[in-house]
Amino acid sequence: MSQSEYAVYVENLSRCFGSFKAVSDVSFKVKSGEIFGFLGANGAGKTTTIRMLCGLLMPSSGNAVIAGYNVFTDAEKIKHNIGYMAQRFSLYEDLTVKENIEFYGGVYGLSRKQIKIKTEELLDYLKLWDHADKLTLSLPLGWKQRIALSTALLHDPGIIFLDEPTSGVDPESRRNFWTLIYQLSGKGKTIFVTTHYMDEAGFCNRLSIMKDGKIIELDQPKVLKRKYNANSMQKVFMSVIKGKKT
Amino acid sequence: MNKILYSIVIKEFKHIFRDSQTLVIVLLMPLVMLFLFGYAITLEMRNIDIAVIDYSKTPQSRRFIENILATDFFKVKHTDISLNRVEQLFFERKAICAAVIPGDFAKNLYKNKRANIQLIIDASDPNAANYIKNYFNQISMMYNSEINLQFGRLFSVEPRIFYNPDLKSDYFFVPGLIAVIVLLISALLTSIAIVREKETGSIEQILVSPVKPVQIIIGKVIPYTVLAFAISVSILLFGYFWFNVPLEGSILLLLGSLILYIVTGLSLGLIVSTVTDSQQVAMMATLLLTILPTIMLSGFIFPVKSMPTVFQYVSLIIPATHFLEIIRGIMLKGNTFFDLKIQLGYLAAISILLIALSVKKFSTKLE
Amino acid sequence: MTKTNDMNPVVIKNLKKSYENIEAVNGVSFEVYPEEIFGLIGPDGAGKTTLMRILVSLIDSDEGDVFFKGKSVKENVKFVRSKIGYMPQRFSLYPDLTVNENLRFFGDLFKVPAEEQADRMRKLYEFSKLEPFRNRRADALSGGMKQKLALSSMLMHQPEVIVLDEPTFGVDPVSRSEFWDILKKLRDNGTSILVSTAYMDEAGLCDRVALMFGGKILAQGKPGQLLKNFEESLYLIETDRVYETFKKLENLKIFSEFNLFGDGIHIVDNENRGEQEIIHLLNKNSVDYKSVVSIEACLEDLFLKLIPESDD
Repeated sequence: MSQSEYAVYVENLSRCFGSFKAVSDVSFKVKSGEIFGFLGANGAGKTTTIRMLCGLLMPSSGNAVIAGYNVFTDAEKIKHNIGYMAQRFSLYEDLTVKENIEFYGGVYGLSRKQIKIKTEELLDYLKLWDHADKLTLSLPLGWKQRIALSTALLHDPGIIFLDEPTSGVDPESRRNFWTLIYQLSGKGKTIFVTTHYMDEAGFCNRLSIMKDGKIIELDQPKVLKRKYNANSMQKVFMSVIKGKKT
Repeated sequence: MNKILYSIVIKEFKHIFRDSQTLVIVLLMPLVMLFLFGYAITLEMRNIDIAVIDYSKTPQSRRFIENILATDFFKVKHTDISLNRVEQLFFERKAICAAVIPGDFAKNLYKNKRANIQLIIDASDPNAANYIKNYFNQISMMYNSEINLQFGRLFSVEPRIFYNPDLKSDYFFVPGLIAVIVLLISALLTSIAIVREKETGSIEQILVSPVKPVQIIIGKVIPYTVLAFAISVSILLFGYFWFNVPLEGSILLLLGSLILYIVTGLSLGLIVSTVTDSQQVAMMATLLLTILPTIMLSGFIFPVKSMPTVFQYVSLIIPATHFLEIIRGIMLKGNTFFDLKIQLGYLAAISILLIALSVKKFSTKLE
Repeated sequence: MTKTNDMNPVVIKNLKKSYENIEAVNGVSFEVYPEEIFGLIGPDGAGKTTLMRILVSLIDSDEGDVFFKGKSVKENVKFVRSKIGYMPQRFSLYPDLTVNENLRFFGDLFKVPAEEQADRMRKLYEFSKLEPFRNRRADALSGGMKQKLALSSMLMHQPEVIVLDEPTFGVDPVSRSEFWDILKKLRDNGTSILVSTAYMDEAGLCDRVALMFGGKILAQGKPGQLLKNFEESLYLIETDRVYETFKKLENLKIFSEFNLFGDGIHIVDNENRGEQEIIHLLNKNSVDYKSVVSIEACLEDLFLKLIPESDD
C-alpha cells in the first residue's frame, strides 16, 4: 500500500519544545475503518502527536500523511477530512444543543439546508428532541459526550480523533458510546482514540503504547496480552511502562 | 466562506446576550460614567472656604469683601481672626485660603499709590490653588475697574469664548467618554471573548475545522463592533438631548470616524488575546494598553500641550488622542473632513498597523 | 454490616441535597470506620462531590445528619476543618509556587510550627518521592506528581481523616497505582480515608465501597462481599468481531442481559441456562464466536446490573 492509501501514515514524526523532545521518531500506519488505540502515561506525548495529526501543531521533523494529505503542505485539506473531539468536550455551555450543532455545521461550511437536515437527523439519532432547546450546561455528561461526537461528525469526515472521550462517563453511557464507535468503524470510518480506561483499550483493533515520546509497543490487544502473559490490558500497560517483560 | 462567518457571528451574539451580567455592566457603565462626569465631577470650583482678615475696616475694604461674597466662588467662613490663626484653619481644613486686607488699604487706594491685598492659599492641591488664584484675580480686577471708573476710563478685558461659550464641562466630557467607553468595549470584550475560548478549550475544536484565521477574527469582531457602535450612539444621543451637547458638524463624518476608532480598539483587543492565556491577564493587559493611556495621556482630562515633550510624542501613538480631536472638532467646532485630515490620517494609520499586526499574530496553530 | 458506632470518623445518615430541580444527593447513608479506605464509586453526576463538600462543611445539606468523630458537622465547622484533610477535584495547588513553597504554605495555613514543618516535610518527601523536585514549580510537574504534591500539602497538618475527590481523574494507570500505594500506607499509619473515583477498577483497592449513581447508593460493602451478591452466572464470549456479535445478540433477543467489555461480551445468565445451553443457543442462531468461558463478575458487571434502566 502506498502512503496515501492509509488513513493515517506517520513516519519518524518528531516534535520538540525548546530542548525538550515531546515526540521522538514516531512511526505507525492506520488503515481505513480501523479503531486505533493510543495509550501512554501522562506526558508521554499522546496529545502532542494528535495535535500534529490534526494540523494544530507543526511537526519538527518526519512525515505524516492524513487521509492522503501531507501535514506540512496540505494542512487545510486535512481539516475537511477529520473530526476532532477534544478532551474536554468543546460544546458551548451557554448555547443550546441545537445551537451547538448549527454552529459547528456552519463552521464546516454546510449550507443552511444541510444543517437543518443534519440537525434533525442527529436529534433523532441521539433521541434528544426533548432537550434540543436546553442549554448544554444542564445536560448529563454522557449526553454531552455524544453530542460532542455528533458535532465532530457533522461534515462526514473519514477519520475521527477522540482525545479521552469517556473520562468520567458512567459505564452504561460508555458502552453506548463504544457501540457508536463500532458503527462508525463499520461504515469505514477510521477511529483514533486515547483513553485511560484500560478496559476500553480492549475495544480497539490495534493499540500503541507511548512512553517518553516514543511508541514502545504496537499490536492487537490479544497479541499484547499473550506477549506479556497478562489477563488484562491494565497489566499489559503496567508491564510495558515499567519496562518489565514477564 | 460567508456561511462560516455568519455562524461565528451568530454564535458570538448569543454569547453576548446570554451573559447577562456582563451585558448589564457594559450597558450601565457608560450611563453611570456619563452622570458622574456630567454632574459630580467638574473642573470648576465652587464654595471655596475663605477666611477674610480685615485690618482696614473701612467702607472700601467692606466693599471688596462684598465683591467676594457676590460670586459663588467663595464662601466667607471666618472674619475677624488674627493672622496667626490662618495656618491653624488650614490645618483643620476649615479654610483653604485667606485674604488679608492691610490697615492702610483705603489710604493707599486714595493716595493712588499701590494698594495690596495678601492672598494666602493652601496649595496641598496645587490645581485648586491655581483656580483660587485665578478667581481671586478676577474679583480684584472687577474691584479695580469699579474703583478706577470713579477716576476716569480704563481698559478692561472682555473675553469671548468660542465653541463652548458657557465653558460647560459636559461638552468636554461627553466626547471624551465616548472615546473611553468605545475602547473599553471593543478592546476589552474582544480580548476576553477569545481568551475565554482558549481557557475552555473550545478554540481547539474550531482550529481543527477549515475555518481561516481571518474568518475567526472578523466573526468575533463584528458583534463587538455593533455593540460598541450602538453604545456610543446612545451616549451621543444622551449627551445631545440630556446635556444639550451640540453637534455642529456632519453626523456622517462623526459616525465614520467612530467606526475607524472602534476598529483600532478591536485590533488592540485581538493582539492582546493572541499573547495572553487567561481572562484575568487579558483584562489587565487591555486595561494597561487602552484605558490608562486613553484617560491619562490622550487629552481626555489633561491637555496634551501641558505634558512633558516625551509624553506629547507618546500621545501621538494613542488612538484616542486623535479621535478626541476629531470628535470634539466635529461636535463643538463643526470641523469638516478637510479640517481633520491629519487626525483622521493618524487614526487610519494606527488602525491599519494594528489590524495587520493582529491578523499576522493570530494563527491557526496552537503554539 | 457492623453496628452503628457514632464515634466512627464519619457517619452520614439519610443525607439529601438538591439544586433547583436536580436532586444531587438523595437519601444517602454510610459510615467510614477508623483506619479504612472507603471508596465512593460512580460516574460524574452521581453526587460524589456534593456529598464530600457537605462532609467537609463547605455546603449545607437540605436534610439528614453528618457526624464527624461523633460531632455534628453543621455545628462544629471549626473542629471539622482543623481535623479533616480535603483534596478537591481540581488540585488546590499554587502552580507558580515550588513544591517546597506549596508544602510550607499549607503548613502555615494550619499553623504548623516551623520546626515541626521541616520534620513533616521530610516524612512527606520520603513517601511521595518528591524530594528531588523540591525546588521545581508545581506547574512543571507531571500529572502524577502534581497529585502526590496535592496530597502531601493536605497532609501537612496531619489530619485524622482525609477526603479525596477523584484524586486519580485523568491520570495514567501507572501513576494511579503509585498513588493508591501511598493511600494504603497512610491507612496503615492510622488515617481514615474517604475517596471517590469514576474508575471501577479502583474499587477493588478500597476496604469498603459504595456504588453511587443518580444521587443514591446502589450497594455498599466490602468489594469481595458485594460481588458475592452477584448471584447469576456470568459468561464471557470471546470473538474477533465483537461488535457484529453484539449486534446479532441484540437482534436475537435470546439473552436478557449482556454487555460489551474490552475482552468480549459478558452474558448474565438470568435464565439459569448454563454453559452448554448457551453454546447450543449461539450455534443454533449461528452467532459468530470463538469461545465461551465462565468468569467471575467484576464490579463493573455489578454496576451495570444495578444501574436503573434509563430511557436512553
